[in-house]
Amino acid sequence: MNIWLGTIQLGVKSLWLHPMRSILTVLGIFIGVASVIWLLAISKGIGDEAQRQIESLGADTIMIRTIKPPSEKMSAQGLTPYGLTREEFDLLSTSIPTVKSSLPIRELRRQFQFKDRKLDGRLVGCTPEYFEVNRLEMQDGHFITDADCFRRETHCVLSAKVAERLFLHEDPIGQRIYMPENQDFYMVVGVLKPKGATAAVGGSMAAQDFTNDVYIPIQTLHQRIGDMVMSVRSGSREGEVIELNQITLRVNEVADVKRTAELVESALSSHSKMEDIAVVVPLELLEQARTTRAMFMVFMGMIAAISLLVGGIGIMNIMLATVTERTREIGIRRALGAKRKDIIRQFLIETSVLSLAGGITGILFGLLCGPAVRGARWLAMEWFPEQMAGLPDVVRTVEPSIVPESIPGAFLISLIVGVVFGIYPAMRAAKMNPIEALRHE
Amino acid sequence: MTQSTINPPFVTKGYACRVVDMKKEYVLKSETVRALRGVTFDVPEGDYVAIMGPSGSGKSTLLNMLGCLDKPTSGSLWLGDDDVAQMNDDQLADIRSKRIGFVFQAYNLIQQLTVVENIQVPLFYQGRSLSKEQHAKTIELAKLVGLGQRLDHRPTQLSGGQQQRVAIARSLVNNPYFILADEPTGNLDSRTTEEILQLFEKLNDEGRTIILVTHEDEVSKRAKRVVRLKDGRLQWDRTNSQEVREAAAKYAIENMPVEE
Repeated sequence: MNIWLGTIQLGVKSLWLHPMRSILTVLGIFIGVASVIWLLAISKGIGDEAQRQIESLGADTIMIRTIKPPSEKMSAQGLTPYGLTREEFDLLSTSIPTVKSSLPIRELRRQFQFKDRKLDGRLVGCTPEYFEVNRLEMQDGHFITDADCFRRETHCVLSAKVAERLFLHEDPIGQRIYMPENQDFYMVVGVLKPKGATAAVGGSMAAQDFTNDVYIPIQTLHQRIGDMVMSVRSGSREGEVIELNQITLRVNEVADVKRTAELVESALSSHSKMEDIAVVVPLELLEQARTTRAMFMVFMGMIAAISLLVGGIGIMNIMLATVTERTREIGIRRALGAKRKDIIRQFLIETSVLSLAGGITGILFGLLCGPAVRGARWLAMEWFPEQMAGLPDVVRTVEPSIVPESIPGAFLISLIVGVVFGIYPAMRAAKMNPIEALRHE
Repeated sequence: MTQSTINPPFVTKGYACRVVDMKKEYVLKSETVRALRGVTFDVPEGDYVAIMGPSGSGKSTLLNMLGCLDKPTSGSLWLGDDDVAQMNDDQLADIRSKRIGFVFQAYNLIQQLTVVENIQVPLFYQGRSLSKEQHAKTIELAKLVGLGQRLDHRPTQLSGGQQQRVAIARSLVNNPYFILADEPTGNLDSRTTEEILQLFEKLNDEGRTIILVTHEDEVSKRAKRVVRLKDGRLQWDRTNSQEVREAAAKYAIENMPVEE
């Protein structure tokens, strides 16, 4: 045991003979280890953000959306109804035992008016479940209630933006907004807190944007507006007949999501010919995102590994030079009774001390990743606000999240680098003939 | 561990080492160099032998054999009950750390270590942790060679003579069969040379065996016995009379440059 302690002491002493050289060598490993931790932390931060966006759709939900079928599938004369029906909604919500709750949604583009202020937005017919499924929060008043639905009340809930645009500084609760297309009034019963967009679901849909929404009971919408919607577009009248734009199902347990999604698809198989629906499973998106993130992290890890490799080669380079330089010392030690394995141990310990010093300082610096990134971003915002504004959101908002495994991992890797890249110089030192080594000038 | 032979062919007790018909050949490219062509001599315990010879005589080769840095091609070197010629690399290293005391021309101290640590190097490679007695012994040895006040100095802070005295202390730390000194005064001026030779004489008087390789007559005359090599063979082996030794010592002191 003592010979190890003694050799470690000796190694540190020998390294201190050339402090500058040792520090530069340590720097190679330091950068390698710190970059492993940083790159993993930043890529995890980005991945977490993507995952959070998808999770906000709900991992336990299945969404079935109506999409406009390709024009050749539509009949030439008259209006062809397409998409999800209320009958299907009843079927799905009652016949699949794993479905906990279900939510029908009907969406229309509509103009909203209050006094002389007008705003184009989205009219959403839904049930009270909508509030919970989309994790909305109330600013004021309450969301649509079951009683509203049951009585087909002309009540509406506004998103924060709509309330702000239409009412400016007035209190919207109890006021009535006007929809010119239907010549109809709706009384505001609640205002939502602002909410960011969630991830886009499915290829055909843009990110769900809640900013210009007005919510009313779907029964009211059905009764007062109906399924057929006519709109005037570039001079000709266009229409569509849709009962529901979306059905969102919540499943009892996340484990049931896939099985339930299969059941839903088979239940709705009659739509396959029209290609007028799309089943979106956020869980699948989540898994895809996880795979992407894993690939991203492996890629980042490889880049960091390359820098560690370079650091290791730096160690080997220095140790080879050191071995040549210390040939005489090796000769003396051999003459005084050092065995080959003693010499190997001495040089391996020196490389390990170098790489562990790099490893430990690298880890400490790696742990500063979060504050450092925030600090750098703050400085960049202060000094180059215009350039920063042009950068993608990811750059401006990413919060590095240190991967816990990366710390022991980096430590271990730095030790391995020290040993692996130390072996060759150590062997060279041990192989020297003591007589020739003693004669070396 | 050293390999011990159960029945050495002859008495080894009372001898620091016995060299029996030692031959050494080197193969350099296609040429075979016969450095030693059969050398036989004994070094009794307490002896003080100077090995002399011109370059190419096999002097250095013999030194390497005696120091267990190399193995003879044939023949034997008996250290105690062990034939060094039969040993492997690790066993040789073990013998070096336990039973050989090297003193080199160029001192060969390790630069990053202090005086005390340098003296302890052979003990370090004996594989056991340093006992308190051993540590005390190290300091005693440093005092013996007159460096009791410089225990924590580094070699670069010492003069040549002081460094050589550290090396001598180092050679004594493992209580060796003999001190093997390779031109120990080669790098020193005549005053320091005299100091070192007097130290050797003192150690020899205390019963230490010394083998000293030199090409200087003044130095060899101070030993009890001179072995001269030529062309890989023993040319002669003679004893210096007490008068010769005393005369050489007197001459050295008288001819020492006056200190200014």
